[in-house]
Amino acid sequence: MQLNKPTAEALRLEGIHKVFGSFVALQSVDLTIERGELVCFVGPSGCGKTTLLRIIAGLETQTRGRVIQDGRDVSSAPPAARDYGIVFQSYALFPNLTIRDNVAYGLVNRRRGRAEIDARVAELLKLVGLADSGPKYPAQLSGGQQQRIALARALATAPSLLLLDEPLSALDAKERERLRGEIRLLQRRLGVTTILVTHDQEEALSMADRVVVMNHGVIEQVGAPLEVYERPTSPFVADFIGKVNVLSATCVGDGRYRVGRVELAAGANGIAQGRPVRLYLRPEDRVLADSGPLEGRPNLLQGTVRSVDFLGTYCLATIDVDGFDGQSMLVYFSLNQALELEVREGARIPFALRGERVRVFQLP
Amino acid sequence: MSAVAQRGPLPRRLSLLTEALVARGGVVLLAIALFLFLTVPLASLLVRSLESRSGEFVGVANFVAYFSSPAFANSATNTLAFAALTTLFTVPPAFLFAYAIQRSCIPLKGLWRNIAMIPILAPSLLAALSFIYLFGNQGWLKFVIEWFGLKTVYGLPGMVMAMSFASFPHAVMILLAGLALSDARLYEAADSMATPGWRKFLTITLPGARYGLISAALVVFTMAVSEFGVPKVIGGNYSVLAIDIYKQVVGQQNFSMGAVVGLVLLAPAVVAFAIDTAVRRRQKALLTARSVPYAPRPERLRDLLLLLYVLAISAVLLLVLGMAVFGSFVKVWPYNLSFTLNHYTYGFEEAGVDNAWGNSVVMAAWCALAGAAVTFAGAYWLEKTGIEKSRVFGWLRPLAQMQAMMPMAVPGMVLGIGYIVFFNSPANPLGFLYGTMAILVLSTIVHFYSSSHLTAVTALKQLDNEFESVSASLKVPFYKTFWRVTVPVCLPSLIDISRYYFVNAMTTISAVVFLYSPKTTLAAISILHLDEAGNVGAAAAMATLIVATSAVVTAVFFVIEWWLVVRTQAWRRTARR
Repeated sequence: MQLNKPTAEALRLEGIHKVFGSFVALQSVDLTIERGELVCFVGPSGCGKTTLLRIIAGLETQTRGRVIQDGRDVSSAPPAARDYGIVFQSYALFPNLTIRDNVAYGLVNRRRGRAEIDARVAELLKLVGLADSGPKYPAQLSGGQQQRIALARALATAPSLLLLDEPLSALDAKERERLRGEIRLLQRRLGVTTILVTHDQEEALSMADRVVVMNHGVIEQVGAPLEVYERPTSPFVADFIGKVNVLSATCVGDGRYRVGRVELAAGANGIAQGRPVRLYLRPEDRVLADSGPLEGRPNLLQGTVRSVDFLGTYCLATIDVDGFDGQSMLVYFSLNQALELEVREGARIPFALRGERVRVFQLP
Repeated sequence: MSAVAQRGPLPRRLSLLTEALVARGGVVLLAIALFLFLTVPLASLLVRSLESRSGEFVGVANFVAYFSSPAFANSATNTLAFAALTTLFTVPPAFLFAYAIQRSCIPLKGLWRNIAMIPILAPSLLAALSFIYLFGNQGWLKFVIEWFGLKTVYGLPGMVMAMSFASFPHAVMILLAGLALSDARLYEAADSMATPGWRKFLTITLPGARYGLISAALVVFTMAVSEFGVPKVIGGNYSVLAIDIYKQVVGQQNFSMGAVVGLVLLAPAVVAFAIDTAVRRRQKALLTARSVPYAPRPERLRDLLLLLYVLAISAVLLLVLGMAVFGSFVKVWPYNLSFTLNHYTYGFEEAGVDNAWGNSVVMAAWCALAGAAVTFAGAYWLEKTGIEKSRVFGWLRPLAQMQAMMPMAVPGMVLGIGYIVFFNSPANPLGFLYGTMAILVLSTIVHFYSSSHLTAVTALKQLDNEFESVSASLKVPFYKTFWRVTVPVCLPSLIDISRYYFVNAMTTISAVVFLYSPKTTLAAISILHLDEAGNVGAAAAMATLIVATSAVVTAVFFVIEWWLVVRTQAWRRTARR
């Protein structure tokens, strides 16, 4: 996918600031989105991601800052003067209009011929896999089908920007997963620049070209999904994206940290000796005995399994690590590993931490 | 993909400007209209109350004079006694009636519910006439009131009876709603702990209906405080505040004193409104929790007793209605009971009110059309055009919202004097409205604005908030979406609002009693004149005509609604199974 990475700029946000009364919803947000990209805004509720999307759509007005779309400053343009299609969590399909009329809603206003509109509607319905549903009413379709129609309606006028506001949150788990794939595929095919807002980090990681992690009205990190997952730049991102162990530690030398009575080696990053720090480590960043003997590996630990959560194809075990003085860790086991290594309550498990994966953050 | 090729032109600047103008202009117009036809008349009332009869500023002298007169103390206590007794005689029976419908398994619930609504179709005067027929000096059932040691029905007893009849449906409606929201799981939990029925009633049912009870009591109390027709017809010498206003304004042409009494009358209504608003706000909190609706199970003895009760109440309601209808068709009650249409023909002609019914229908039709249109469009502008986000016009929204709710707290008579004082002033360029049909329509729309506004807001709030956002993103102006989506989806509520205006315009007297001219006499008002002239038969005939009109029009509205839903609203009946 690196090859057809687009280069032209589709949207630029400059110093977007939004205040509701005394609540600061967004603080000087800067962001550039490239043509054809799918960008996910992700963060906990109240982080400002939806507000940012609504500012891009012109549905909210920023207190300060500029929105530049395709080189045109649309900062104070009303929604109707901007070029985008939008899909809401609630679908917002017009209940009294047929599916055909819903999809054609924006086309009719552009004074196109009936035949042309009909052809376009048919094309779009086919595109979202609901070719036969034209004469039906929204209430006759399932949630997932309604969401596809909302997507078709938003794409009908061929906007250069597609905005999706929590489009999958109202669907059940199976439907959500299926639509994730479909939207991603459709977006690739049409090459339409897309912004998707979600609170679901899994959705963001699986769909986005780039993820924008937000918290308290600021952008914490922007990056490709893998980059954000592997190299979070703040404790918040490490915590919010994926599962993570947080260990309290003290720096005892260059790249060496003491947790309880155990010393661990991680990457050197110039933290002064004696500083209290937090170590962030994913449950899967460990080496287990099934891939060869552990003796001689750095960061070798041993612990007692306190509990095991079975999660389908894998398990997460909570392990009380010897010498950690009460701090426990979540450790990832594939189902086979769990069976081979006999992971169960009370079992003694040796494992080694992958020091190069540990992210170290100083306490403020 | 042809996606890029299909891109259409962006709308021109001009059409965007038009859209913004329509969006903001609507709110500005609504705010101006409410200001001009509600706030300013009420303010003029206040100013007038501080002036002498000849128009000099006299401060609170009028108030001092009125409060120190013996008439005031008498009227004030009388009004409170009348309102309190009416509340006491209306709310508990209405509660039991609503309870029977919501919480038991009696048959034909729809029928009982409709019978309970009958009084809404009639002017409150009808009940007063019926009770005169029944218990008056020549009353057929006069002996019944004698059992209770009463010599005559005129005065407080008749007023309370007639007012209870008139306010019964309002109490029942509120209590039906109050008893509708109950969580079946609470009863299941109580059952699992073997709770006896009376304890469930005291600990679950009553607390759950608490807000409904308070609300119903306040509504009935306010109605009685501001009622004018009932005391006028059956009150005898029992004087109340509303009668005082009438005497001051119509009898003595003393607008200043009328304004003073009006403001005094406003006080209890505003207090009741404030309490009710606070109570409703708390009830909303109860509603938000998703609960399992309670479904009553058959219980023989309870259902039988409640059915008997509902039958008895329905019989009384029908008897009261039937009495007036019957009286309108007999020659001389109770001496000559042979059938006649004379009251409808010569009776009206003789009193010069043969145009009254036609006037009323015209006025009600205007209210139904214009009122529904203005109310719905007004609510749409306030709720759906994003006015609250506008930096220039945002402040208009709370202002207009407050004014939209104000009429609920303003008794019709107070609004009526406000209108006289404001529109009758020689300096007012709008003075040409005085004495016209237009002012009757305007005052009636304003008088019944709040309930209609609330109905419209509720209907609009059920629509997806993002319809306007979606249409903006599709470059469709919001007013097109209003026509194509909002109006069709809200059509049943729109018809409801229209019907509400029509029926109330047919039956109201309180505001318009000060505003009609000989050419625009209304049917409900003519009942007062006919009764005053001693022509009770013709008065009953006019009341019957009003009930019949309201009933027929209500039926027609139902047919229209049904037809429209069948013809244009196929989408409503196609829910996915």
